[in-house]
Amino acid sequence: MTPRLQKPRHKSPVERTQQLPLLPSGRSRTAQGLTAAAARGEFALQVCRQCHTVQYPPRDVCSDCPSIDLVWQLVDDRGTLIAATDIAISNEVYFRERAPWRTGIVTMDCGPAVLAHLHRECRPECRVKLTLKLDRLGQGVMVALPIEDTVNMADDPLLREHSCDPKFRRMLITDGDSPVAQALAAKALQAGAELVLVGVANNWRPSAAREALGTMEGVELVPLDVTDYRSVEDLADQIGARVDILVNTAEYVRPGGSSHGRDMQRIRESMDVNYFGLARLAQCFGPAMRGRAADRANSACAWVNLLSVYALANLAPFGTFSESKAAAYSLSHALRGEMQSHGIRVINIFPGPIDDEWHQTLPAPKVAPSAVASAIIKALQDGVEDVYVGDIARDLFARWRDDPKALEREGAM
Amino acid sequence: MFGGRRTHRQSYDGVVVAAPVTVPYERYSIRSAQWWIGRALAEILGRCGLRKADVDGFSVASFTMGPDSAAGLTQHFGISPRWLDQTPFGGASGIIALRRAARAVQSKDADFVICIAGDTNSIHSFRQMLPKFTRFTQDAVYPYGGAGPNGSFAMLTDHYMRRFGARREDFGKLCIAQRENARRFPHALIRKPLSMDDYLSARPIASPLALFDCVMPCAGAEAFVVTRHDVAASLKLPAARLLATIERHNAFTEDPIQSRGGWAMDSDELWAMAGITSDDVDFVQTYDDYPVISMMQFEDFGFCAKGEGPDFVRQHSFTTDGSFPHNTSGGQLSGGQAGAAGGSLGLVEAIRQVTGQPIGATVAGARVGLVSGFGMINYDRGISSSAAILAGLAT
Repeated sequence: MTPRLQKPRHKSPVERTQQLPLLPSGRSRTAQGLTAAAARGEFALQVCRQCHTVQYPPRDVCSDCPSIDLVWQLVDDRGTLIAATDIAISNEVYFRERAPWRTGIVTMDCGPAVLAHLHRECRPECRVKLTLKLDRLGQGVMVALPIEDTVNMADDPLLREHSCDPKFRRMLITDGDSPVAQALAAKALQAGAELVLVGVANNWRPSAAREALGTMEGVELVPLDVTDYRSVEDLADQIGARVDILVNTAEYVRPGGSSHGRDMQRIRESMDVNYFGLARLAQCFGPAMRGRAADRANSACAWVNLLSVYALANLAPFGTFSESKAAAYSLSHALRGEMQSHGIRVINIFPGPIDDEWHQTLPAPKVAPSAVASAIIKALQDGVEDVYVGDIARDLFARWRDDPKALEREGAM
Repeated sequence: MFGGRRTHRQSYDGVVVAAPVTVPYERYSIRSAQWWIGRALAEILGRCGLRKADVDGFSVASFTMGPDSAAGLTQHFGISPRWLDQTPFGGASGIIALRRAARAVQSKDADFVICIAGDTNSIHSFRQMLPKFTRFTQDAVYPYGGAGPNGSFAMLTDHYMRRFGARREDFGKLCIAQRENARRFPHALIRKPLSMDDYLSARPIASPLALFDCVMPCAGAEAFVVTRHDVAASLKLPAARLLATIERHNAFTEDPIQSRGGWAMDSDELWAMAGITSDDVDFVQTYDDYPVISMMQFEDFGFCAKGEGPDFVRQHSFTTDGSFPHNTSGGQLSGGQAGAAGGSLGLVEAIRQVTGQPIGATVAGARVGLVSGFGMINYDRGISSSAAILAGLAT
């Protein structure tokens, strides 16, 4: 049993905020395959197409036969821990500060021996399962877990360090009018979030969702309009240092493509919310979050973008929407580069069409807003980077990975 | 082995090893590797009464001489060798350099090869070398705790202790005996007496390893000469005969974790080539960056069976006057690990012992000695192993 994580004490304002030391981040290009699998929450290793030997560490030539034909595929994640050590003295400040750091060698049922970080409940000679996790700087690493889930397992400092668990953390949801916001606030609180701040724009339109949020315990409404730089800046000045997880739910969804009617207004507003809105948030909230990435057990840890799977391939009936999400998707990569080197994970959520008023005319299957909210919480708890929510999103992602050109021609339905 | 048939190996008849040089180590140095290697070259030329122009063959091993290779060093040092080699095998380098040089002088591609291993050590150089030591280290070892070789040997030791019943006291006994030997060797960096209490209560490094299980990186150089008997005699150099050598890389890939080194694959051949058995050696210099690897070598060279290392240690004494003289100058554990020079430390000490020119304590009547090398923790194990048997000319 893992000792229960205690709520971090209140920090004195004169105390120096601990900084995140660098982690070893050099990797060969081939080893980035581990990161790619970890980002999706999968356990994949290279397998030789000729002799079927499972490979580790990542390599360019099969360890068994002369083949260079190695492909990443899902493999059995189980094995036995045959040696372990508690590292007291490391050459790296990061591990020294977190000593003793526990690592061990796991012989996998599928063949290779894997050096992995160890959950405290992994004992020598015992069965374990391996997972691929992203470390604080976004590199895929091997983490061994007990073969069965145990009590308070996620409270282990190692898993806490390799996830963005909302427990004891404060979350900002940027737009309370989003159909996802209400479900997300409730699920974040259920997952142990300390406080959920929900942005509300000065909107003349009445909103039942907003009213419901206002009455939830643990939720605080804050003024925020992502299309207004001053509004974003003012809020960041007030609460920027208290945001551990930022979820940008603000989006502008309207049907129509670029050559539909003379409607630049729709195109401009789509970009203003979906692209510029994200840029304004990045400018104002990015620096404060980066500075708090190692601020005790409830440090700043994650930035979540509610994108759309149509950021990958344009859905013609929602052409303008898709374009603006593609712009935001590109921005997310730059933001990821800037945030991950400071220890903040940028998570992209790619839902298919959400079951809301603006997608009314699209056929099923559509994704319930609560399913998107659940996917966000799970992504934070698992520490993954890219999540495709719903059957349509997964189907489209599979087609995109297989052949983007074919997808372009067949259309993103 | 080729086509299933092991080919007969030629003897090293006529090959001798001479001029053992240890450039006294320093914990930290503001000098470059080139300075340390150059200092060893000057020392060895002086010992042989030769000038730079006489340098015929040259072999070098170093982790810190970058961006130079052996070729760059020839211009820096102002030497013009007709035979040049570089052995990038870490702690296995010294003996691998020896066996290559031996064949060169035997075939007269060269008459006289100077072999030097040396490294510098600045405050941050060891730490900076670790993350990019090898590709597998970079991708799959260093990110896991950043412990360097301490972490790797901690896991090998943990596994060995549980599998074969070794206790910390067994490793402690080896470390303490080496410290005793070091106390009589003026160049050893760590010469303070070590008790079992000191050993057991030392600062934890990576369990089960504590401070005295781990080598201390330092700066220094080791050097020797490989030549033919007639050349050594003309230079009036006391010399040792080379009876046998082995080298092996990436042995026993089927072992899930290292509990034997490549020596186990080749030691029968080593003894057969030397024409002696393990009973015939008067001392053993094992590669000893961590005591577990010395214990494995007692097994792999056949001094005892696999798994009997702990008992073997309990039954013997390891000081120069003990029942099994071992690492007679204190080894790396007390002497310090001067990078690649660690792979020549035991070899140079072995030459001193069998040629009757020791700096520290003498093994009485030492005529034949076994010396080993071990290098390159690449992923989960040491990849390169080597060994040689030397004998005094009188035998």
